[in-house]
Amino acid sequence: MSPSAETVVDARGVRRVFDRAVLDGVDLQLRQGDFVALLGPSGTGKTTLLRILAGLDAADDGQVTVPRQRSVVFQEPRLIPARRVWRNVVLGSRNPRRDRKKAIAALTEVGLAAKSDAWPLTLSGGEAQRVALARALATEPGLLLLDEPFAALDALTRIKMHDLVAELIQRHNPAVLLVTHDVDEAILLADRILILADGSIDVDVAVDLEKPRRRSDPGFPELRAHLLERLGVS
Amino acid sequence: MTTSELAPPPVKEAGRALESLAVRGRQGRLRSAWRGRFLRIVVPAVLIVLWQLSSVLGWADEFTLPPPSRIIAAYQELWANGDIQAALPISLKRAGTGLAIGVSLGLVLGLFAGLWKIGEEIFDAPLQMLRTIPFIAVVPLFITWFGIGETPKLVLIAAATVFPMYLNTYHGVRGVDKKLIESGQTFGLRGWRLAARVILPTALPAALTGLRYAAGVSLLALVLAEQINAREGIGYLVNNANQNQRPDIVIAGILIYALLGIVVDVLMRLAEHFALPWRPRVAIG
Repeated sequence: MSPSAETVVDARGVRRVFDRAVLDGVDLQLRQGDFVALLGPSGTGKTTLLRILAGLDAADDGQVTVPRQRSVVFQEPRLIPARRVWRNVVLGSRNPRRDRKKAIAALTEVGLAAKSDAWPLTLSGGEAQRVALARALATEPGLLLLDEPFAALDALTRIKMHDLVAELIQRHNPAVLLVTHDVDEAILLADRILILADGSIDVDVAVDLEKPRRRSDPGFPELRAHLLERLGVS
Repeated sequence: MTTSELAPPPVKEAGRALESLAVRGRQGRLRSAWRGRFLRIVVPAVLIVLWQLSSVLGWADEFTLPPPSRIIAAYQELWANGDIQAALPISLKRAGTGLAIGVSLGLVLGLFAGLWKIGEEIFDAPLQMLRTIPFIAVVPLFITWFGIGETPKLVLIAAATVFPMYLNTYHGVRGVDKKLIESGQTFGLRGWRLAARVILPTALPAALTGLRYAAGVSLLALVLAEQINAREGIGYLVNNANQNQRPDIVIAGILIYALLGIVVDVLMRLAEHFALPWRPRVAIG
């Protein structure tokens, strides 16, 4: 992340009202290469903000500028069961056959080249989520949106996925927004942590711990305690 | 609130008594598996033997209920005369043509109503209303409209098969997980590509269920259609035999219908097996 990197996500005064204003004037700027985690208790509009940035939902008010090429990894892998793994990876391609090599390359990055011809329903949960990650990165997105992508994984798989995601994001260098309610995960992965509360961004802290992050870093428990306190858990 | 209100209810001691659960060894499991297979073969065999004995021992009049041996003889007779060879292709063609028309129409309407809101608005209400009419009830009307030739037979079979195909296709398309559609949209799929890559392959199992059901219904409709003054086909054989007081041939004809039902079902299952290679195989053993 260089200080001169251009702003790729520019959201200003974003409002979204359901039965109440879930987002009430959210401002968020991300530059190329930023890795930002968005924390907050359930129902605070984290996912709503992510869906607006993804273009899956429209804001009621405000301005949103995002890269044309965006990818989302959801909590569930959301692979099309009727299409082989490699075809899922190039799902949006205009010519999947021509892009097959690209799919295999993306699968190689997540260590699943051998499964490229498999059917999604034969994969384990962790494998399927890695395919979803390969699919998200294969389009070389300017913005990668991660909506609790590790929440459904078992604890051991999650640790491996954290490392894999950190490594791949460093290589591809998109702007990343990770929605999570796991404070440790946010500290392990992100360079900046936001807390969404009462419809706007309440906390915005930089994570100045050395990479790769370790829980044994003395700064870790300190930051963790601070964030938990701001989340109302102490 | 007083503390007595917060006190937990007393633990029921009876629930804490221990019991040992039954153990069933491999031998026991094997034995029950073999018993299952054995009974599945033996019970039908016993029924057929009883059927044969019914006439041998004079329990039933041979004219009312001809024994299996007579049915087999009837088949030999029908085969030797060339009746079966002539009738079967005609009946199959009737059912197949009607089915093809009904299924094509049901598929097109189901896709149209499933993929486009306007299609649903136009077609769903009338089709849901027509669906409630038992197709058996319209036979007299079809005779008035289309006479007693081949047309009313084909129309009847087509009309009976269009609904299962329509309903299953429509619900299959509509039932595609919104999350999968969203995931396609995230990667830039819109319109035709979204339909071809996400919606249609995911809806295919439901459409095939519709096809299987329609194929079953087509045989039902065939039987009924062939009651309408058939001059050829299995129905003609049966009606003719009925008039000539040959219950053995009537039963032989009925059994052909039953056999067709089994064959069609097996074929449809095979089609599903090959058309849906991505579905986890459910054990059938």
